[in-house]
Amino acid sequence: MAILELSGVRKAFGAITVADDQSWSLEEGEALGVIGPNGAGKTTMFNLVTGTLPVDGGTIRLSGEDITQWPAARRCRAGLARSFQVPQPFGGMTIFENAFVAATQGAGLGVDEAEALCLDVLDRTGLLRKANTMAGGLTLLERKRLELARAMCARPRVLLLDEIAGGLTEHECKSLIETINRLRATGISIVWIEHVVHALLAVVDRLIVIDFGRKIAEGEPRAIMDSREVREIYLGIEADA
Amino acid sequence: MDWINAIIQGALLGGLYALFAAGLSLIFGVMRLVNIAHGDLIVLSAYVALTTSVGLGLNPLLALVIVVPVMAAFGYALQRLILNRTMGDDLLPPLLVTFGLSVIIQNALLMGYSADPQKLQAGPIETASVSLGPITLGVMPVLVFAVAVAVIAGLQWMFYRTALGRAFRATSDRQDIAQLMGLNRAHVFGLAMALSLAVTALAGVFLGIRTSFDPAAGASRLIFGFEAVIIGGLGNLWGTLGGGVILGIAQTLGAKINPGYQILAGHLVFLLILAIRPRGLFPRMDG
Repeated sequence: MAILELSGVRKAFGAITVADDQSWSLEEGEALGVIGPNGAGKTTMFNLVTGTLPVDGGTIRLSGEDITQWPAARRCRAGLARSFQVPQPFGGMTIFENAFVAATQGAGLGVDEAEALCLDVLDRTGLLRKANTMAGGLTLLERKRLELARAMCARPRVLLLDEIAGGLTEHECKSLIETINRLRATGISIVWIEHVVHALLAVVDRLIVIDFGRKIAEGEPRAIMDSREVREIYLGIEADA
Repeated sequence: MDWINAIIQGALLGGLYALFAAGLSLIFGVMRLVNIAHGDLIVLSAYVALTTSVGLGLNPLLALVIVVPVMAAFGYALQRLILNRTMGDDLLPPLLVTFGLSVIIQNALLMGYSADPQKLQAGPIETASVSLGPITLGVMPVLVFAVAVAVIAGLQWMFYRTALGRAFRATSDRQDIAQLMGLNRAHVFGLAMALSLAVTALAGVFLGIRTSFDPAAGASRLIFGFEAVIIGGLGNLWGTLGGGVILGIAQTLGAKINPGYQILAGHLVFLLILAIRPRGLFPRMDG
């Protein structure tokens, strides 16, 4: 059974349609890549899935349960966590506390368990050394790592990653791919929006392409990347892909 | 020696003002809500204590066991049922609603208890005192000050050392992201208001034991509370205690010069500090 399933999801801001009859699903343990040009509605789609924005129509199911009307906090506790393209840490709290909030509230852990989980995740994401630093004063790379760490501390069943590889060096990108692959090995299902296509291809099982809020292609990653629609859309950004 | 005595009495009075202010500071810190009804909620707590202590024949200090949870539950319900509906990017709607609430509480108290001044009778402890050389300290003021210190220390510990405190800080920092971390904003806000009114209940009972009160007594308590918060610096709980102490000392020294100057002296010191240090004496570093 699909762990996350969108059917006929629609959203418009006035005359601008940002999600147009979107239907796709994510299997348990699967990693799904999402590509598409800037402004295609990829991040909006995450906002709809996590409940930051209400949908205009259609349904969203998590493990078969209709979560379309659930508030964001409940979706998080049910196992949906995301990272943001532009990192959004709690600036007045330390790195550890940022992770701790996710572990106690999102994953619903007790204090001791939460602490152990946070330390483990911060270690794996290379942030342990800075655990007591205020999140407001971090570098971009550290903020990106914190995004991932915080999402992991919510113990998600489905992890939504939004352009987490953007702006990283080749070396950093490699270690990120390793981290994500290790996460997958623990059974977490992943949806990953990314422009850094080679990073995406190193992880995902399947790819969907979104343009103007519509899903225009879906399938095996290599085949999709070689298809004509994608080549046309991506001609401009293929150089850095 | 009279002056030293006045300063000490003022500092102890500051403990009461810090209790007025702590609840105000807490909800402003967590949800940017300016609670105009705070003073009236303090007075309401005093009346709840009056009814409880007279009805059950309890000492008002013992009645706290009932008044504190009652006010906390009232705070949670108030936030969930009314105030949460007004929360958003705009500060004005909740401000207006609490202003209306203030009017409602005053008039409901007027209907229920009449305009006659009331007082909580705590028995011999009210007049008990201890002598330290030439200085005589009332047991009640010392008790109130000690409770204020304990409350501030407890809140500080809660904010920085517990899961609930971190939930408060995360929500205060970024409400939208906090919800994506599984925090139910409506519930967190409800808990913050419950905690605020639990502290308010303490303040109300101590106020009622110290002086007589009537349904219109809330407004000046609100102002003392605001002054203590602002003198101390927004978002700094220990600063709020400091602010209360400074306000208390200013008032007792003013009263020493001329009994009519008590309140005026407090306001003047507040204005002076606002003019020199607009962010308060101890503003939070990361604020």
